[in-house]
Amino acid sequence: MKVAVLKGGRSLERSVSLRSGARVEDALGRLGHTVLPLEADGDLVKRLVSERPDVAFVAMHGMGGEDGTAQELLEILGVPFTGPGVAACVRCIDKVLAKHELRAAGIPTPDWFAFNETAFRELGAGDALAGLEERLGFPLVVKPSRGGSALGVKFAESPSDVPGALVSAFSYDDRVLLERFVEGRELAVSVLGGEPLPVVEATPHSGHSYDFEARYEIGRTSFVCPAQLGEADSSAVTEAALGAYETLGCSGFSRVDLILGEEGPQVLEVNAIPGLTDTSLLPQAAEAAGMSFEQLVEKILDLALAPASA
Amino acid sequence: MPEPPHRRRAHARSSDLERYAGLFAARTQVMRSSAMRDLMAVTARPEVISLAGGLPDTSTFPPQTFAAQMTRIAQESAAEALQYGPTEGFRETVDCIIEVMGAEGMLPDPEDVIVTTGGQQAIDLLCKTLVDPGDAVICEAPTYPGAIPVFCSYEAETIQVECDVDGMRIDRLEEVLERLDGEGRRPKFVYSVPTFQNPAGVTMSLERRRRLVELARSRELLVVEDNPYGLLRFGGEALPPLYQLDGGDFVIYIGTFSKILSPGIRLGWAVAPPPVMDKVVLGKQAADLCTSTLTQYFVREYFRDGNWREYVESLAEIYRSRRDAMVDALSRYFPSQATWTEPNGGLFIWATLPSYIDTGDLLAKALREDVAFVPGQAAYVDGSGRNSMRLNFSAGNEDEIREGIRRIGKVIGEQVELYGALTNSASSSAPAQAKESDMDSPGLPRPGVAETKRDGGDVLPFRKAGGA
Repeated sequence: MKVAVLKGGRSLERSVSLRSGARVEDALGRLGHTVLPLEADGDLVKRLVSERPDVAFVAMHGMGGEDGTAQELLEILGVPFTGPGVAACVRCIDKVLAKHELRAAGIPTPDWFAFNETAFRELGAGDALAGLEERLGFPLVVKPSRGGSALGVKFAESPSDVPGALVSAFSYDDRVLLERFVEGRELAVSVLGGEPLPVVEATPHSGHSYDFEARYEIGRTSFVCPAQLGEADSSAVTEAALGAYETLGCSGFSRVDLILGEEGPQVLEVNAIPGLTDTSLLPQAAEAAGMSFEQLVEKILDLALAPASA
Repeated sequence: MPEPPHRRRAHARSSDLERYAGLFAARTQVMRSSAMRDLMAVTARPEVISLAGGLPDTSTFPPQTFAAQMTRIAQESAAEALQYGPTEGFRETVDCIIEVMGAEGMLPDPEDVIVTTGGQQAIDLLCKTLVDPGDAVICEAPTYPGAIPVFCSYEAETIQVECDVDGMRIDRLEEVLERLDGEGRRPKFVYSVPTFQNPAGVTMSLERRRRLVELARSRELLVVEDNPYGLLRFGGEALPPLYQLDGGDFVIYIGTFSKILSPGIRLGWAVAPPPVMDKVVLGKQAADLCTSTLTQYFVREYFRDGNWREYVESLAEIYRSRRDAMVDALSRYFPSQATWTEPNGGLFIWATLPSYIDTGDLLAKALREDVAFVPGQAAYVDGSGRNSMRLNFSAGNEDEIREGIRRIGKVIGEQVELYGALTNSASSSAPAQAKESDMDSPGLPRPGVAETKRDGGDVLPFRKAGGA
């Protein structure tokens, strides 16, 4: 089978994508497929049209690749592709939209307030901050609505930290959210074709949280998979993760990030196209389930080609 | 003819890396490479104006000179130039080095010189020779971003000593030494880039140079002087290198051809007292046996013409004009709350922004405007420097510099304005030029007098140098 691997792009997670893509290409080669590495640049459509791959493996992260843009193009060109479709990507990339959907579906997610830049610049939303801070409590988390890999995510310990944190978050997106900080264990549930893989727990060695650096460097974060969870916790976490996956309309594969706090699991976000790098969580979860990386890649391809994959 | 071996994609070896995670040495956990590396990957796009690199402008080196010299090498000494060489480097290369150091008033013993694969290897070899895990190493704050990964990979405890426009604050250094004394510890060395420092662009004053050298003598403390930029001077008076003031007893010197000729030839050197040198040579032997013979031959040929100083002076002239363009653009486009250094040489300007701006995040925004810089955090081991940035003026021409600064100024202006809206403060993003009177005032901090920190942030005491 001729498999195009879409990677790179202009997003800030470009280099993560290149690493995911390279690893997928290796696996595809070992599986005996014809691999067509495709940098997501100005020639992408031309090459997809001329090369006519049987299927596209989307190994892109962040804006442009994980937000429905690439998926929309692939739909137009009639090339089957891996991972969630356009609508799910659009919902997942936008944390504010995703949280609204989750809450409407009764899936627990931490309290939040969202603002766009106009609200502050033109409508004086700064005056509302004090009230919101009181409702969310400190520390609170400030994040850009779109974007991944914890880029631009800041912890505000006190009211004086909030404006600076907002300025940082607005560097990545024109909409940001202030979210209640939930103390607890950091868990990730990868879902493959509607089935949950073993839960991964991430514990950074140093620093405040599971930050961007710790995410991609071997040895910077400890991962335990399967996470040591009691039966009740385990099923609550899995249920929340599957609920989030379905609510946002994901298909193929995705990863749900949660915090397991005192009040049970809370969904932070759903990554439509989780990383497939050497330190990424989905491959670890698959391995814990007894799947090699090659088997994982093959399964993802099967799901993309299955009729009406759900 | 045998079949050529099947070509493996270069990344194939990196696959399944986590399977090797258990094999990594403990020191790999402290090897730093940052999130910025990932952001910097985006700066490689051709449409991005990058003020991030530290690249000298090699485009002015005459290709015909290069061709003529390489041809001469090929015709006259191909076999030797393609052969291994001595670990210490060729004597002829050392003669060139002595000529370069002589241009700054130094006269080292040729026996004390080792040719290295770039100045970077000299830093690495000195750490390899001197640093055990947990040893204290002292450097400037901010320091050369490329030195930090070296210190980290040898598991040094890196202690940074504040800098102002007169370079490292020796009073603060003494405080650190006292504190270490109290703990029964001695730092292995003090690493300094005293002239046109990378990243801050500042130069250590003569008085501080003397104090540092005296301190080294009285405490028997090693100082590593890294001097890649000393000859790239386009203003002010030349100051004696630490090595010259000390005479080479306690100052180890690192030099390089990278900025005066070419970084691509990977030729640098170290000058150290014989006992240190003996160990460094052993380390070099283990690392790479010898520095590239071919490029040593190239330098030898190049110096034979005797025009190397003219070339360096022509580079300095080019960089002066680019520095002027950058300083002019900074005052035109950066908000009045920003400050920056005005170097008399080298490749870099260091700008400091209001404390609420994180230049790592600002870089993400700047990249959307197709412009890049180095966030200040890269020059610190402890995550400080978040509101500062390093700006390079050697790689791009004046138009690119002006446009790059304009774009960065725009995104800073937006952040300043937004912060103002968030705090209802009367923050103005009016360009600095609107405050001409401030610029003209003699606003230089007096050496040794601490500046008040604004907003409790990590604000370096750098000020606009007001035409220094």
